[in-house]
Amino acid sequence: MLLYAIRRFGLALLILIVAVTVMFLMIRAVPGDPVQIMLGPRATPELQARLTAELALDQPIWKQLLIFYGNLMRGDLGIDVFSGRSVTAIVFDQLPHTLALIFASILWSALLGIGLGAYAAAHPNTLIDRIAAAISVSFVAAPAFVVALLSLLIFAVHLQWFPAIGAGEGFWGRLDHLVLPAFAIGLSWVGYIARLVRASMLEVMGESHIRTARAFGISERRVVMVYALRIAILPVVTVIGVGMGFLLSSAVFAEIVFARPGLGKLVIDSITTRNYPIVMGSVLISTGLFVASTALADLINAWLDPRARTAT
Amino acid sequence: MAKSRSELGQIIHGVARDPLGLMGLIIVGAIVFCAVFAVWIVPYDPVAMNIKDRLQEPSATYLLGTDQLGRDTFSRVIMGGQVALKVALPAVFGAMAIGLTLGMIAGYGPKWLDNVLMLLFDTIRSFPTVMFALAVVALVGPSLQTVVFVVMATSIPTYGRVARTQTLTLRNSEFILAERSMGASMARILGVHMLPNIIGVLAVLAAMDIPTVIALEAGLSFLGLGVKPPTPSWGALLKDGYSLIRQTPWLVVGGGLPIILATLGFTFLGESLRDVVDPKLRKQR
Repeated sequence: MLLYAIRRFGLALLILIVAVTVMFLMIRAVPGDPVQIMLGPRATPELQARLTAELALDQPIWKQLLIFYGNLMRGDLGIDVFSGRSVTAIVFDQLPHTLALIFASILWSALLGIGLGAYAAAHPNTLIDRIAAAISVSFVAAPAFVVALLSLLIFAVHLQWFPAIGAGEGFWGRLDHLVLPAFAIGLSWVGYIARLVRASMLEVMGESHIRTARAFGISERRVVMVYALRIAILPVVTVIGVGMGFLLSSAVFAEIVFARPGLGKLVIDSITTRNYPIVMGSVLISTGLFVASTALADLINAWLDPRARTAT
Repeated sequence: MAKSRSELGQIIHGVARDPLGLMGLIIVGAIVFCAVFAVWIVPYDPVAMNIKDRLQEPSATYLLGTDQLGRDTFSRVIMGGQVALKVALPAVFGAMAIGLTLGMIAGYGPKWLDNVLMLLFDTIRSFPTVMFALAVVALVGPSLQTVVFVVMATSIPTYGRVARTQTLTLRNSEFILAERSMGASMARILGVHMLPNIIGVLAVLAAMDIPTVIALEAGLSFLGLGVKPPTPSWGALLKDGYSLIRQTPWLVVGGGLPIILATLGFTFLGESLRDVVDPKLRKQR
């Protein structure tokens, strides 16, 4: 297990290093002088020279890369062009909003999805199973930002059940503002998770330890809830870990649609103001998050199911 | 797998027998029809402004009303389908072609090359798609080509990995060994013998990938970072509709429903295709 963990995190680290390097080269490969872009056309030559030296742009590319990595190690992602604040601080200011949204979305959809899936598996080919299957297939495909826009239109603008913009104040205010965005992001996951749980549940129900549990006269309810479900939700863990990237992507859109603070809004605002250090910082941090969550999901899986440890 | 005409006919027949597949076939058929014949279907020029008739409610003259510049929403929805397919098809086929080639090389070539390619795939997959797209757009500016490039780059690994797995399972089968013992080149083995056995699975993946691509294009255009105005993309409709959401719901509905419909159609079709082409795949996803 320890060996597996070390190898898995080694791979994650390697991926991160390559990703950061690709990112770095991409920025440099773009035509145009970054200093000129940052300072605008009216900057004096002295100012340009100073920023060039500050960003080490007069050094050879490999040295720039090393400096970049050195700064990264110290958690320094550069300085915001406009406010002069550290990019790391700005990004980490916004991150909690995004994480709260992602967490709320996956929580409700996982609970509902697991419940639906387990029920469907315990009562296969009944009407509810059929309805659940139909809903799953239909909702799996719905892109989060379209659902966000339509729910904004229906529930916030027309019915006025929920607030349309912002993140709210206080616990209840925040919760109230979370409902619609979390609904939009989670909707496609309900069906996906339900299908996953149903399939793995049906598989587990055929295994011998379930037969043994039944033979002991344990109630069907307990067999399903305790013995089968515990194993059947394993794939959900992996899927959520791997799905972190999709969740982040959906969160970006939900934040724009509902005008919520967060990583997505930060990135979009920075793109319109051409504030490159913030764009790159946000992309790097979200990539790091994604890589870490994928690795973590693999580890949890390996811990719960020893068979997963041998596969790389 | 679609090698001969009769087999292709069988696949279509199989899909049409499945109710979901038939529905998918009809929706996708309708969208493709509208996109191809868009120029003859649209009642008005989708980019022609008519300030006098701005923000009209739906009526017999304007089926879905008009936007803030007096452009006919229905015409823009129909034309938007053409734009969506113009992005989705080249991107998906490009990604499939490149992913297929790289994946087969990874599965058949030397071990070190396999490792390098896999690391590359894993790296590309480690960027959250939208974040990667935003970074690229921030660097090179928004355009139709940028969207196609981003979509291609982010979906190459999916095709590559599947092609690699398939190649690995086939590389030691007897017909490949026989060919190799007769001195066939790697290009011949991969192109003539491996390809026909892999392409079916990848085609299914492609069908299921199209909705994601359509959604990504619409999403970027919604953020104002995709195709440039006044091009009538579904995402651009949503962008206009979002700012006018308190005045008129029709732009959001007109932009949103086609996206959901297209997603549904391609998903139904893809799922049904998968069951017909390769029932074993069902378990993997």
